[in-house]
Amino acid sequence: MDKKTLIMPFGIPGHNLTQIEREVPADEPPAWPVNAELKEVGKSVKRVDARAKVTGQAKYTSDIQLPGMLYGKMLRSPYPHARIRNIDTRQVERHPGVLAVHILGKDISMAGSKDESADNYPEVKYIGQPIVGVAALNDNTAIEALKLVKIDYEVLPFVVDLEKARMEGAPLVFEAPVEKEASDGGEEIEKGLSLSGNVRGPSRGQPRGDTQKGFAESDIVIERTYVTQVHMHNPLETHGVVVDWKPDGMLIYASTQSTKGVRDEFAQLFGFRKSQVRVITEYMGGGFGAKYGAGNFGVMAGHLSRKSGRPVRLMLDRKEEQLTAGFRPNSVHQLKIGAKKDGKLSAIQQRSYGTAGVGLGAGVGSIAQNMYECPNFATEQYDIFTHFSPGAAWRAPGAVQGAFGLESLIDEIAESLNIDPLKYRDIIDKSEVRKVERQKGAELFGWSKRKKAGSDPGPVKKGMGLAQSSWPRFTHLDSTAEVRLFRDGAVEVRSGVQDLGTGTKTILAQVVAEELGLKTEDITVRIGDTLFPDGPPSGGSVTAGSITPAARNAAYQAKLKLFRQIASKLDTTPDKLMTADGKIYVTGEPSKNISFADALKQMRTEQLTAEASRSDDYGGMSRDDLGSVQFAEVTVDTETGFVKVDRIVAAHSCGRPLNIAQIESQINGGIIHGISYALYESRVIDDQTGQMINVNFDQYKIPYAFEIPDIRTIILEEYPAKSSTDAYGIGEPANIATAVAVTNAIYNAIGVRIFELPVTPAKILDALKRA
Amino acid sequence: MNKFKWFNAQNIEEALERTNATVSDAINRGSADSAIIKSGGIELLDFIKEGIIEPAEIINIKSIPGLEGIAFDRTAGLRIGANTTLADIENNGDIKLQYLALHQAVSKAATPQLRNVSTLGGNIAQRTRCWYFRSIDHPCFRKGGTTCFAQNGENQMHAIMNNGTCCSVHASSVATALLAYGATVEITSRGGQKKDVSIDDFFVNPFTDIRRESVLRRGEIITAVNIPAQGKNVKSWYIKQGERASFDWALADVAVVVELSGKRVRKAAIAMGAASPVPVRSKAAEEFITGKDINATTAAEAGQKAMENATPLAKNGYKVDLFKTIVKRALLESV
Repeated sequence: MDKKTLIMPFGIPGHNLTQIEREVPADEPPAWPVNAELKEVGKSVKRVDARAKVTGQAKYTSDIQLPGMLYGKMLRSPYPHARIRNIDTRQVERHPGVLAVHILGKDISMAGSKDESADNYPEVKYIGQPIVGVAALNDNTAIEALKLVKIDYEVLPFVVDLEKARMEGAPLVFEAPVEKEASDGGEEIEKGLSLSGNVRGPSRGQPRGDTQKGFAESDIVIERTYVTQVHMHNPLETHGVVVDWKPDGMLIYASTQSTKGVRDEFAQLFGFRKSQVRVITEYMGGGFGAKYGAGNFGVMAGHLSRKSGRPVRLMLDRKEEQLTAGFRPNSVHQLKIGAKKDGKLSAIQQRSYGTAGVGLGAGVGSIAQNMYECPNFATEQYDIFTHFSPGAAWRAPGAVQGAFGLESLIDEIAESLNIDPLKYRDIIDKSEVRKVERQKGAELFGWSKRKKAGSDPGPVKKGMGLAQSSWPRFTHLDSTAEVRLFRDGAVEVRSGVQDLGTGTKTILAQVVAEELGLKTEDITVRIGDTLFPDGPPSGGSVTAGSITPAARNAAYQAKLKLFRQIASKLDTTPDKLMTADGKIYVTGEPSKNISFADALKQMRTEQLTAEASRSDDYGGMSRDDLGSVQFAEVTVDTETGFVKVDRIVAAHSCGRPLNIAQIESQINGGIIHGISYALYESRVIDDQTGQMINVNFDQYKIPYAFEIPDIRTIILEEYPAKSSTDAYGIGEPANIATAVAVTNAIYNAIGVRIFELPVTPAKILDALKRA
Repeated sequence: MNKFKWFNAQNIEEALERTNATVSDAINRGSADSAIIKSGGIELLDFIKEGIIEPAEIINIKSIPGLEGIAFDRTAGLRIGANTTLADIENNGDIKLQYLALHQAVSKAATPQLRNVSTLGGNIAQRTRCWYFRSIDHPCFRKGGTTCFAQNGENQMHAIMNNGTCCSVHASSVATALLAYGATVEITSRGGQKKDVSIDDFFVNPFTDIRRESVLRRGEIITAVNIPAQGKNVKSWYIKQGERASFDWALADVAVVVELSGKRVRKAAIAMGAASPVPVRSKAAEEFITGKDINATTAAEAGQKAMENATPLAKNGYKVDLFKTIVKRALLESV
């Protein structure tokens, strides 16, 4: 492939900005300067779909109404573990309002889903496992009809408690070792691990050095156990689809984080070519990692549509969502760290277990492995199976649990060494990004005013804490966008990529506008449809970094094509042309120009199209990290145990920031999730029945207005020179450090550490009593 | 949610003629043919959505004229119509001035949106928020079942007193304030017959009757709540502690009404919600503080007294500390 050399901005403005030479494919556009010199990119541009959203014109999956559409509902197991002896659907088949009935096949309810039609009924392994579905004329009829289905269960012993499931003799969830494909959400699941009872593992990550030796050489060694709860995703739009099966293909409206993932799975399950399946996600009400693939509800809707010959809508209600649509697994995380007197880390050893129910992915991630310099590292991470629905990727899977342990213990080591926790990170952290974030963050936050732990007089005490995060720069290379120019003046960017609500549409419009010298509002964005070129799945915070370079490159290619058509009209050659401010100029002769709109009118054809894909990272693929530092101030009432988060300062990097307001918005969301995880949310299961008992927003506590602190964000500009936009995602990084920044601040307030989330009043009071 | 008929009642008699079950009747005896009264409708909707009841007919009493309104008289006291919304109570100037603890309790209930529709009658007639009771999957004592799941289960929010039979707690935080003020509930039955029931007698303990939480029977309706006039030297305060500061049920709440002579307490009412299956007054704390000045020491001691008979369960011991603290703080704040 032809190559060329670009001179690109490299580093952090105001700190170490320089220039770097990158050899890149010859068809890549020229390097953009830093944001200060750009017009549309790097600004707080208003969301292109803000108006549609606030006026209700935006159509989400649950708003889709197709002619003749039926309503699907599923009968779910009330038992956590059972064998099905018989299913009698004769009565429901005769119900006049029911147009299709389907029994889900063997493996469909677990993570890997295939439908082997039902000679043998599946074994029930969790409450809420779908068994029979009906498609009826409306929702109420479907609910009523399901009462006519008779299922004969042989109820079996179950285990839902993490500790009980580990014991010898616990009821077994799986008889033989199981595997699961990692979802697109960024969790990494090691294959081929052994299963003993309900315990799978260990996964050993990437060990280095010799931890025994490292601890022997340490001046200080601290070992702690950190416990985290199960955390629900709570997207406001529940999981669901509208499926229209036809003999020659399927049309699916899905609330999904990956249109192409849904397409591929439906194609495989229903025997179509991928090109025969069209998936549309125009608007999406949140996923946070839980919305990938067809889902058992989607497969059910597909069968019901195939059987009835009509479109079928199947949206989960809130209880179904909470019972069956994923969660962040809990964790018990034993962490041991050794350090020298000067603070340098000499060994890190971790051992963890947690449960994702019948699913996998309950590890504590690789943050302890990656964030700090330490020559000796070892980990053992185990998955414990329980009779509960499968967990799912959740905004920085593993890293949030892992960071709670790591950043608590680093805080404790700093204190034992009598070093300020902020300064301590300067000693052990080699990241230039986090170094700048610590400086800027500490100044804005007022870290220097932090007092000694527990030193506030009176029962109501304030405290300050900080924590850091790291997250890899994941990129999805199979990401393509198309830019179309129309003779009537329209400029469109198209891709299958979906917008989870993060603002993907807007950043695509911005980069295309910037490249073409237009305004963001001049660009029409059509995405979330697999008829367009494939976009990335939105998981692992890959979206911005994967699809915006493709869109910029497509805009660049379209521009070159246009230049070739109109150069003669400006008495010049295409290579002399440039765009700016809605015009096409001859370089060096600004008086020779034509407006972009007029140039489009002179195109040879009605439409001009160019397509481009994400190229490999300039300078070689790498996953070096997106760092953040967050600071928290809390108030703790030591007589009631209540904690209020007063302030958060969050300093983040995500490469070249594309849209400041949207990045702030995502950081706010990540912080609110983190506070909620630190203080409020927790799935509660009754051990007697195996039932989750806080299945609605009345009983499952998420934060509302009074719980939201004052949030200030610092968004670092940081140029790694890796793609034509140099942008990266922020969704997951925003969520990792908050909870532990809050618990470190709680320690600073009361002088006692809490090792288990969420930090409830009961835990504070208990810890104070034991102190 | 099942399909049901809707009837807009124009007068009380019409509503009472049509109704054949309270929510509690429907939960225990089956709801297939039930016609149930609703005011704000928040409570009823929750039960229907969970499938705990499937009423055949809903009788809307919000359409009855004259059932709402607030009347205050310096000697006769306060009368609040049953259909009065919590928002109207919250915004009433007389109540804020004369019955501060009631104002505080109402303004901490639910959310502004919910207070705009929920009514006083519905608020005190609501059932417990115990998560087992509210789950169709848990047939507990209160739903005609044979066990209390919370006794040996997830009881972190449950009662710390009088909790041997059923350890649920009443959900109304407004009731805590009403109890401290010695309110009476006006109940009207067919033929326009009225009776006044003191708020102490309005709530029913599970060991008296597990199937209901108030004395209301079918064919009866709350028409008003009356609160006696408070003397010039009466002070009050209310504190609620939920898991969250916004939109939450009380883990513990306290209303204190004290009559003072200088700093000395002549008479005290200390009511606690979410401590016991029904709102209770702490006689021990009231007796202790009566005749004493309220200060940091006596208030703390009163908090201790309020909890001396507490019998916490496995997961709710922290509520004892909560009550000690908020009883103390409410007494201190009241003066």
